[in-house]
Amino acid sequence: MYELVCIGASWGGLHAIGQVLSDIREEVDQPIVIAQHRHPDSTSSTLPDLLAQQIQRPVADVEDKMPIERRHVYVAPSDYHLLVEKGSLALSVDERVQHARPSIDVLFESAADAYGPGVIGVILTGANQDGAAGLARIKASGGVAVVQDPAGAARRSMPDAAIAATVADAILPLEDIGRFIYGLCVEPAAERTT
Amino acid sequence: MTSVEPSQAARSAPRDDLEDLELELLLEGVFRRYGFDFREYAPASLRRRIWRRVHAEGLSSMSALLDKLLHDPATMERLLLDLSINVTAMFRDPTFYVAFREKVVPVLRTYPFARIWIAGCSTGEEVYSLAILLREEGMYERTRLYATDINESVLERAREGVFPLEKMQEYTNNYIRAGGTRAFSEYYVAAYDGAQFDRALVENVVFAQHNLASDRSFNEFNAIVCRNVMIYFDKTLRDRVHGLFHESLSSFGILALGHKESIRFSRFERHYEELDAAEKLYRKVS
Repeated sequence: MYELVCIGASWGGLHAIGQVLSDIREEVDQPIVIAQHRHPDSTSSTLPDLLAQQIQRPVADVEDKMPIERRHVYVAPSDYHLLVEKGSLALSVDERVQHARPSIDVLFESAADAYGPGVIGVILTGANQDGAAGLARIKASGGVAVVQDPAGAARRSMPDAAIAATVADAILPLEDIGRFIYGLCVEPAAERTT
Repeated sequence: MTSVEPSQAARSAPRDDLEDLELELLLEGVFRRYGFDFREYAPASLRRRIWRRVHAEGLSSMSALLDKLLHDPATMERLLLDLSINVTAMFRDPTFYVAFREKVVPVLRTYPFARIWIAGCSTGEEVYSLAILLREEGMYERTRLYATDINESVLERAREGVFPLEKMQEYTNNYIRAGGTRAFSEYYVAAYDGAQFDRALVENVVFAQHNLASDRSFNEFNAIVCRNVMIYFDKTLRDRVHGLFHESLSSFGILALGHKESIRFSRFERHYEELDAAEKLYRKVS
């Protein structure tokens, strides 16, 4: 049974994340944790606010040691790394990883450490390599690796790097990702896409 | 449960359990050999930092690192730096310093003399930032700052007050947005490849080694600043440190936490009122 969905995005990610979350149907009650590269100075909680307008789930700009609750969506605050512990979330201000804080690799690797095969990792559009190592770790720990089809991505470097780093379980156009996650979480047999 | 069955082998492999065991043994070994207690640190960040040290030593497992740590104190010193340096910047989160000027300084003015504890000061960026702020507010002469950290060599760097020159543009930008009233460059001179900050800024600063995980309260303070330090602690240790701070604050003393920290859900919540909710400034009321 999957316990956690992790999504990483960079350039073009605001739109892509909105689309994926809108497509994940109500019945999916797994928590969803998001690392989206943001400008360090973006003090306002833009992404959580935007998401809260688009979807019905509770959306939180993460605070340290926040408990992980079902159905909730958690967004990494700008200029912090977001890490997953068993049952709660943690923040760090350690050095940027590949110029990024939050780093998608840091989120994904910690999620794999905490929840092993219970993690679904999703890499969306982005103009760098972040998330590739993290997705590989999720896959190596028995979780599921999902990548947006680079051909249709606003920026394809990040999906390309993820596909090169691991054997993805699914490479999908943006509009099919939400349905695929629903399939994994709720309706296993019917929705297999790959 | 699902139609996707990625690598059954990986699923059943107890690799992670083994790593948990190695981590536990390493922390226990470090504590019993050297007395540094990291057993109540938040595991996810701790794990990352330890793996970084494993790789830097050219090793491939935590057990191998433990072996080296036990026999070689120099390795322990390097690990201690990895685990205790909290990365920070001068005037990080400029809005915090604006709030400190507007809401904390007026409270401090009401005392003939104020004591501020900067707990977990790391390499000192925050100490110099607060010293500059207090001087500009005309409060520095009436204030003593106690800057503590677990790590002596980090404190030594804080005392020296030399920060990388290439950071000065970022810090100047932060300083301006933090409500700085002068030219930031007045506070340092370029020396070698570093910016040497004015020694007068630390005249009223006491740098001292103090371990939040094990040491007791050592004074009574009108304000305690501890930003982005307890994010590296687990809940048990964080709550204990909250107890230490509560005990160390004077009546109506002020506690400053990082932007994404909160005393909500801690058992000390009811002892504080919010002075500024967004800036995580709290005032002790009982």
